[in-house]
Amino acid sequence: MGSIANAFSSSIGKKLIMGLTGLFLISFLLVHCFLNAFVFFDNTGVLFNEGAHFMATNWIIRAMEVVLMAGLLLHIVQGARLTFQNQAARPVKYAYTNGNANSKWYSRSMGLLGTLLLIFLIVHLSQFWVVSRFTGIPTVDANGHEDLYAVMKVTFKDLYMVILYVLAMVSLAYHLLHGFASAFQTMGWNHKKYTPIIKAIGVGFSIIIPLLFAAMPVWIYLGL
Amino acid sequence: MSTGNMNLTLKIWRQKNTKDQGKMVDYKVSEISPDMSFLEMFDVLNEDLITKGDDPIAFDHDCREGICGMCSMFINGRPHGPKDAVTTCQLHMRSFKDGDTIVVEPWRAKAFPVVKDLTVDRSAFDRVIAAGGFISVNTGNAQDANNLPIPKAQADSAFEAAACIGCGACVATCKNASAMLFVSAKISQLALLPQGQPERYKRVQNMVAQMDAEGFGNCTNTGACEAECPKGISLENIARMNRDYYSAKFVSEEEG
Amino acid sequence: MSAINSNIPEGEITTKWTKFKSSVALVNPSNKRTLEVIVVGTGLAGASAAATLAEMGYKVKAFCFQDSPRRAHSIAAQGGINAAKNYQNDGDSTYRLFYDTIKGGDYRSREANVYRLAEVSANIIDQAVAQGVPLAREYGGLLDNRSFGGTQVQRTFYAAGQTGQQLLLGAYSALERQIGMGKVEMFTRHEMLEVVKIDGKARGIIARNLITGELERHFGHAVVLATGGYGNVFYLSTNAMGSNVTAAWKANKQGAYFANPCYTQIHPTCIPVSGDHQSKLTLMSESLRNDGRIWVPKKKDDNRKATDIPEEERDYYLERRYPAFGNLVPRDVASRAAKERCDAGYGVGSSKKAVYLDFTFNTERYGKIEANKNNLHQPDHETIMRLGREVVKEKYGNLFDMYKQITGEDPYETPMRIYPAVHYTMGGLWVDYNLMTTVPGLYCTGEANFSDHGANRLGASALMQGLADGYFVLPYTIGAYLSKEISVKAIPTDHPAFAEAEVRAKSALDHFINIKGTKSVDYFHKKLGLIMWDKCGMARNAEGLKEAIAEIQQLKKDFWSDVRVPGAADEYNPELEKAGRVADFIELGELMCLDALNRNESCGGHFREEYQTEEGEALRDDENYAYVAAWENKGDGTFELHKEELKFENIKIAQRSYK
Repeated sequence: MGSIANAFSSSIGKKLIMGLTGLFLISFLLVHCFLNAFVFFDNTGVLFNEGAHFMATNWIIRAMEVVLMAGLLLHIVQGARLTFQNQAARPVKYAYTNGNANSKWYSRSMGLLGTLLLIFLIVHLSQFWVVSRFTGIPTVDANGHEDLYAVMKVTFKDLYMVILYVLAMVSLAYHLLHGFASAFQTMGWNHKKYTPIIKAIGVGFSIIIPLLFAAMPVWIYLGL
Repeated sequence: MSTGNMNLTLKIWRQKNTKDQGKMVDYKVSEISPDMSFLEMFDVLNEDLITKGDDPIAFDHDCREGICGMCSMFINGRPHGPKDAVTTCQLHMRSFKDGDTIVVEPWRAKAFPVVKDLTVDRSAFDRVIAAGGFISVNTGNAQDANNLPIPKAQADSAFEAAACIGCGACVATCKNASAMLFVSAKISQLALLPQGQPERYKRVQNMVAQMDAEGFGNCTNTGACEAECPKGISLENIARMNRDYYSAKFVSEEEG
Repeated sequence: MSAINSNIPEGEITTKWTKFKSSVALVNPSNKRTLEVIVVGTGLAGASAAATLAEMGYKVKAFCFQDSPRRAHSIAAQGGINAAKNYQNDGDSTYRLFYDTIKGGDYRSREANVYRLAEVSANIIDQAVAQGVPLAREYGGLLDNRSFGGTQVQRTFYAAGQTGQQLLLGAYSALERQIGMGKVEMFTRHEMLEVVKIDGKARGIIARNLITGELERHFGHAVVLATGGYGNVFYLSTNAMGSNVTAAWKANKQGAYFANPCYTQIHPTCIPVSGDHQSKLTLMSESLRNDGRIWVPKKKDDNRKATDIPEEERDYYLERRYPAFGNLVPRDVASRAAKERCDAGYGVGSSKKAVYLDFTFNTERYGKIEANKNNLHQPDHETIMRLGREVVKEKYGNLFDMYKQITGEDPYETPMRIYPAVHYTMGGLWVDYNLMTTVPGLYCTGEANFSDHGANRLGASALMQGLADGYFVLPYTIGAYLSKEISVKAIPTDHPAFAEAEVRAKSALDHFINIKGTKSVDYFHKKLGLIMWDKCGMARNAEGLKEAIAEIQQLKKDFWSDVRVPGAADEYNPELEKAGRVADFIELGELMCLDALNRNESCGGHFREEYQTEEGEALRDDENYAYVAAWENKGDGTFELHKEELKFENIKIAQRSYK
């Protein structure tokens, strides 16, 4: 048992936590994006609220929500720890580096991109999650479900908010562009035949998902 | 003694010893031939400094043919300079232009303290190997070499991992000063060979533990190490090490 | 002149070593723990010896001047390692390897040592493979072999062009394992500056911590020098910049005879010198001669591009002169033949000091084989060459890349230009059958000793000798001495002998700092190199050697009065390190010339122009010179010659012929 405990405190163990929570968060993004995409198909919001209602009342989903929050928190805390430890591994910095010659800027900036995403998440969660879970949504829709869609419409009337969301999704795209394939590498899933496929899927995912997310506020702002 | 016509400005890190603060100092060299190696250009500069009564610049170098792994300069923001797949001693001045300014710094990492100027202490690597980078076979205990056929592809992969020269460019270029490429190359070499199997899981645990104890950073898969490695050691090795590590920690019943 | 005893065991050559091993005195395990052995140098010979001695239970201290034992210059050996395995079923045997080595050494090596070397050669491969050294394999999973010079069998094991690296990393890992277990204490960035002798026996060393400049005293019941060769006496050589003779030379000053210093190996295939700035030369492995053909134009001063010279206007001079061995003649023969062509005005390249090494022919041959394998019938020339290049790339890719980086020319397209360069030194400290020098308790292994290669070393035999000495010979033979030392307690290092040795080392260092002259160490080193290359290089003559001796004596005076060593002795000071090494090279250089002058014959790497056959081959004088010249240092630059007669009881001594 000691071996398992100390595994997570080792450099590889820390990577493992980042990779596992990262993949978990990616799977969440997929579900989140799928459900939110209802906004594109129904501008009355009934369909969207139906989905939101299901998510809010299904006990498996509610249980997973706790796991999700824990995963997110772990990802953030571990990410921050890693960033500080890694900075400490080079106490005297180079006067001049040419990182672009050997790696991508976003691969080197996961901490920064992550921090931007964290700031966004605080805003985002307080706008929707806190409202729906704790403070409560005042209105209901035609089906009698809480009208989360209405909250969205109000929020995205504000152009600055729309811009903030779009920029956050740009950060997410770059975060994923590195994180997706990186998680597989960390898990040890590097294979001459499959790695190129994973990388291609990773690029696709990193572009499509944030693009869809970014389209939502724009869509609503434009009243489409 | 010089035969060429290149004039260069050098910005070089000077540091008297480990405790000294150190700073960048500017130097000029002239009549540099494009056929010189980068280290031979340093020879010219040092010859000049000695004649003038100044302290020559200390830098590590030995074989000057790209195999001993001793030379270690961070040139214009990259380990071993602008050319791919070469060491500093194999970098020739034809890779630069007349009038260039070249910034030269030592490898920088907590685990590689500066000894003097551009010379650093890389003994952390030796300690990682001593922790498990071997097969425990005493002299005289070996069976006939051909009693153990090894598929060529596997032997070739092991060789590719074993080609590491231990120069530390991977650590130097990694934004986290991580040593995972170096450590994984040795682990991979031995994990790929049948001889390495008995100690496979013990080895990966011990070597990773030592690597962590030395104060190297954590890998974040930027891929810079692979891109800068003069011997083209692949990131696949890191993935293999990770796999072996998980197997060792979560599957194997042996305690590490 | 007096004779010296080489302590060769009695009996048939085939049984000497076996009998020795079964009769040599042993040391019991509890005594081994109290016996301390110092090993200086951590290349193949040193690392393997240190690891093996520690495995056996001795307390070992190992020293190297590099920042890690993994960087010793053995790492640069490219081509391969010989072993009489007969895996290729081409008739190889221990005797054949023995015979080839004696003949290759031009009948100037000791039969008993060479036979032992051939005997243990097979064990080395087993040991290396067990350590995980990834030697090249065939598709069936078994080990592959290639051909090397001076033999007609394929017995060379290899790992691409990095055989030395892989074998050294194997020995290094064995050493690190012992370090990790606390059985070897490792001192990196330490340079040995003195041997300490107590009551006539070697009992320790003075080593300088190169980082702090501190002089340290280390005791050992025995001291092993595995400090490599002295090729850097020529300044330009294929040796690493730090390779030096200092340890061996200090031992010589303490009574260890220096044997056959004039036997230097000039390797035929190196990248030619490109200018005055050059700091070292780069070897192109001998294995390239497997697949490359060496030629020069038939016309003098032919300035056409190599690819523009038609086949019938090319002189494949090695194939012409030596039809039986062709391009695979031994190194000394190949080097002299290249020099002969260049001196006669057929050289190529801007300096005219180069010949071509051309792969076109074999690229085409391989291409055709590959085309056949791929069922390509009647492929065009382009396809053949492309397929062939892939094969060549797999075999020698790293060497071709290296050539391109240095010269800026692509050897896949145009033939390589090559020229001989100093590569290896067969001479070294004289040792007996037990690898002990004339100082009791002081051993010498690997390139640093003189023992196995005679006047010329065959390719792929250096790795074999280094590892044979370290893994399989010394660990046994040192027991013969140490078994008598079990009652000797570790001598405290405040013993006067340590203090005296330290004073010797310190005064030399202080002296260098205090000269405060006008010229750098390199300035003198380059001058020495030029004298040695011109007058004691590939060809020597009495007149030139006498001049060289006078010039070196003058150079020595200048050096000791005008060298400039910046900095201080109590800090990290690479210039000070170099000064000490060059001071020793200067003295050695004089002895090399003296030895070359004494040896009035030509043999192997020692070619005296006065002694050659009508065809220009080396002319030995077995009547008068079938001996090892072992030089005793009498101080103040005087030396006394001792002779070890070489007896050939198992091989008929004959003129070497590769025709």
